[in-house]
Amino acid sequence: MVTAEENNQLSLDDKLFTVRRKPLKTSHISLDEHLCKECFNRICTYICPAEVYVWDEAKKKIDVRYENCLECGACRVACEAIKWANPVWGAGIAYKNS
Amino acid sequence: MHKCEVVIVGAGPAGIACGYVLAKAGVDVVILERGQYPGAKNMFGGIFFADQMNKLIPQFYTEAPVERFVAKKHYSLLINYSEVSLNIDSEEHKKPPYNHSYIVRRSVFDKWFAKKAEEQGATIICGTAATDFVWDGKRVVGVTAGTADDDDNVLLADVVVCAEGANSMLSEKAGLRNRLSMRARCISVKEVIELGKDVINERFGLTAREGAAYEYFADATPGMLGDGFIYTNMDSLNVGVGVVISEMYGRENPVSLNELLERFKNHPCIRPLVKGGKTLEYSAHMIPMDGYKNLPRFYTNGLLLIGDAAGLVNNSICHEGVNMAMASGIMAAETILENRGQKSYDAKELRSYEQRLKHSFVLENMKSSRDFIDTLRTHKELLNDYPHLMKDVITKFFEVGDVPKSTVKRDIIRMIRSRMSVVRAAKTFAAVLKGGI
Repeated sequence: MVTAEENNQLSLDDKLFTVRRKPLKTSHISLDEHLCKECFNRICTYICPAEVYVWDEAKKKIDVRYENCLECGACRVACEAIKWANPVWGAGIAYKNS
Repeated sequence: MHKCEVVIVGAGPAGIACGYVLAKAGVDVVILERGQYPGAKNMFGGIFFADQMNKLIPQFYTEAPVERFVAKKHYSLLINYSEVSLNIDSEEHKKPPYNHSYIVRRSVFDKWFAKKAEEQGATIICGTAATDFVWDGKRVVGVTAGTADDDDNVLLADVVVCAEGANSMLSEKAGLRNRLSMRARCISVKEVIELGKDVINERFGLTAREGAAYEYFADATPGMLGDGFIYTNMDSLNVGVGVVISEMYGRENPVSLNELLERFKNHPCIRPLVKGGKTLEYSAHMIPMDGYKNLPRFYTNGLLLIGDAAGLVNNSICHEGVNMAMASGIMAAETILENRGQKSYDAKELRSYEQRLKHSFVLENMKSSRDFIDTLRTHKELLNDYPHLMKDVITKFFEVGDVPKSTVKRDIIRMIRSRMSVVRAAKTFAAVLKGGI
């Protein structure tokens, strides 16, 4: 039996916890929610390495967990409904090992 | 409102190289970096090709924080739960300057390189994201940081160099390129996994400062154009996968990037290399896949694009990126210096930057492998069917038993004929050769 530890298998939340950050005061991401309602693909829910975008079936909208953003920008390339801006004044991620 | 001669957006290899050359020539140059320090938001899963760096700072590797030099290269096809690979362990590459190939941690290395530019007189302002260009008619005359309504947030310059990286929003705003398409970017994720120097040396067969660069194709990213990689730091591994964004779109059973990475790490041929380690950091970044045929415009009045922002990555089997970024930064600086006396940096003066790129390895190499990615995209059998067939042929050929080899050979030929059209295969491989590797 191979344990998760031997496998070095952290949960995504644990992985995101390894990234040092300066907290964002406000969200740097906004969505055109009308487009989200009509979207069947929801590429944002799997293209984002930090899984920032989560479909909320009850509210019929995308929940944006912007605090987890790794600032790669893949979401804005994948979807026109996403307006993404660089966090300002040094906020956001600060890698130390990558 | 402040004013300087040149403002550079982004302290990555391109921006710092540009700033270094300009500052050395006595230019009043300011580099704006959105991270808390240079390298804070940079990562790569790759090799630092350092020939340009070595020209800028001879024998830089004697003082720079490099982890290891690349002594071993390993190109591998993962096929289901098997692997077929090519190992390159060349004694020529183990002597200085080590084939100009080093493994570095960008958060440490970029910081060091930025310091070298500062020593030459460049000013680097961190924690400052450029939000837009300042225009005077059809001419870029500066940048804004933060909100534009505050005069203090405006930095004017005679010429602006945009080195903002792969997620290039300013070049779109300036109309130098269309909105980035899903084909134009690869998304890459990696983990830095701590194992300790001795374990790494043992697992990868390395000594002292020798390093290994392992690249995995085919089922590393099943059915998708992408790859997996392992690069050795001194005490840790860079383990990651990258996929072209358009390849993820519209799949029946989409998997997340983190899941792709986990599957790669748990492949039976990968797990023994990475097991037992501690994940120090998880990171993600895009890689330009514009290719020679879809490059942006490199300049307009008062503005030059360099590095990833200009799409200058050669998506060949060699993955040239950092060297091209630095070369473009150096060439942008040379163009600025050439026009410095005249104080006007209009498009017609800056055109010589594009000429420089064209007459250098940067665009020469991109041109020669201009069809490589398209060929892989349109001939998916290169990533799926052919590797699987090759593995089955090799497995069959080396099978031990009492079946006469003549029968085995006949079976192999039948196997090939049933699974591959020789004519189509010949055409495909001709396309690959023509497309350039």
